[in-house]
Amino acid sequence: MMADGAVLEARVINAWRGDRHVLRDVSFDIAAGDFLKVTGPNGVGKTTLLRVLCGLLPPESGEARWRGRNVAPHDPGFSAELAYLGHANALKADLSARENLAFLVGLRRRLAAPDIDAALERVGIARCGDLPARSLSAGQRRRLTLARLWLTPAVLWILDEPATNLDADGVGLAESLIREHTRRGGLVVAAAHQRLLDDDAATRRLELS
Amino acid sequence: MTQPAGLLESMRLVVRRELTLAWRRWDEAAQPLLFYLVVTTLFPLATTPDLATLRTVGGGVVWVAALLSSLLALESVFRSDVEDGTMEQWVLSGQPLAWLLLAKVVAHWLLTGLPLVLISPVVGAALGLPVGIWPTLVLSLALGTATLSVLGGIGAALTVGIRRGSVLLSLLVLPLAMPLLIFGARAVSLALGGESATGPLQLLAAIFCLAWSLGPLAMSAAMRVSTEG
Repeated sequence: MMADGAVLEARVINAWRGDRHVLRDVSFDIAAGDFLKVTGPNGVGKTTLLRVLCGLLPPESGEARWRGRNVAPHDPGFSAELAYLGHANALKADLSARENLAFLVGLRRRLAAPDIDAALERVGIARCGDLPARSLSAGQRRRLTLARLWLTPAVLWILDEPATNLDADGVGLAESLIREHTRRGGLVVAAAHQRLLDDDAATRRLELS
Repeated sequence: MTQPAGLLESMRLVVRRELTLAWRRWDEAAQPLLFYLVVTTLFPLATTPDLATLRTVGGGVVWVAALLSSLLALESVFRSDVEDGTMEQWVLSGQPLAWLLLAKVVAHWLLTGLPLVLISPVVGAALGLPVGIWPTLVLSLALGTATLSVLGGIGAALTVGIRRGSVLLSLLVLPLAMPLLIFGARAVSLALGGESATGPLQLLAAIFCLAWSLGPLAMSAAMRVSTEG
């Protein structure tokens, strides 16, 4: 992972959801090792902001820049460095936990069975590897999604409510994954209602209103 | 150090994933084939059991049934992937989306088009089509259904973000499918009359090449628009 000089900038981003002007002049920039927590009430545009940062949604005006270049999902240089965790888990109910990881992360990197075992172990669902995703609880599914994040080689993590459905232990897991990533020089932007590294002095905040 | 995944490897993964999913949900995967068999079986029941009469319309019936059955299957080709967030991950995977969607359509054709092509001689026999025209029937259907998979894939990618997109999908794809139907049925009827069917078959092959070369690009452009929002 090469994180040196990695900067994510948002410059006066404006975006609309239908006929509502949700993001007004949002600007920030974060550099290697930063964790930015995006907060705000429901419907304020947290998800919209994250999708703009991924390049999934073009903003009405302003720009999101990664390493000085406008973000675009079809720019392989950008997407290869990005891991996005949406509020949908991207899991197939009929596939086992193991298969789900293999088919999704396999598009990004070569993956061997021990890698998957290690990831399941890391997120605390090692015993559920061969169960179909349909029989996992909502929290276990979220953990499986965190396992995908953990396996994906990326510098920039953009996480939409990573701690949804997680128990206290699971929130701790999400926090430790984020901390581990920023310590290695990664960048993390996460939208969250719940507590998420609130006590950490290094946590930067962006309040949308 | 992790090794990046190659393009071919990713496409193989996509195909394997589709086949695994279809295997787990074989009842859904078998639906187009079932539809095809039911329509072609009901037709003689509703009209006439007389083979001489059936033979004159048999080629057309096989083609119309194949077209409708393929369209039926195409409607939902991307829907679940878009709804559960898989498509976003594909868009952001760093692999060219056009190639991933191409792999998806190949798998889709293997699952819905190929069985239909393989069983068509049997269906043709039931409709009184002589053994001599089976090669033409099979070849024209193979080219036609494969082309339709791409055309339908473009339509499905365009309409997947829209509620009740299926009506729109038929309106979009049916006009594009007309040439396939015309040339395909023409090839069968020429062969039935003992003439050479090379002309319409070549036209089908030309449309096939056009669709498979440019179609994936159109699909990925359409999919990007559909996943915005």
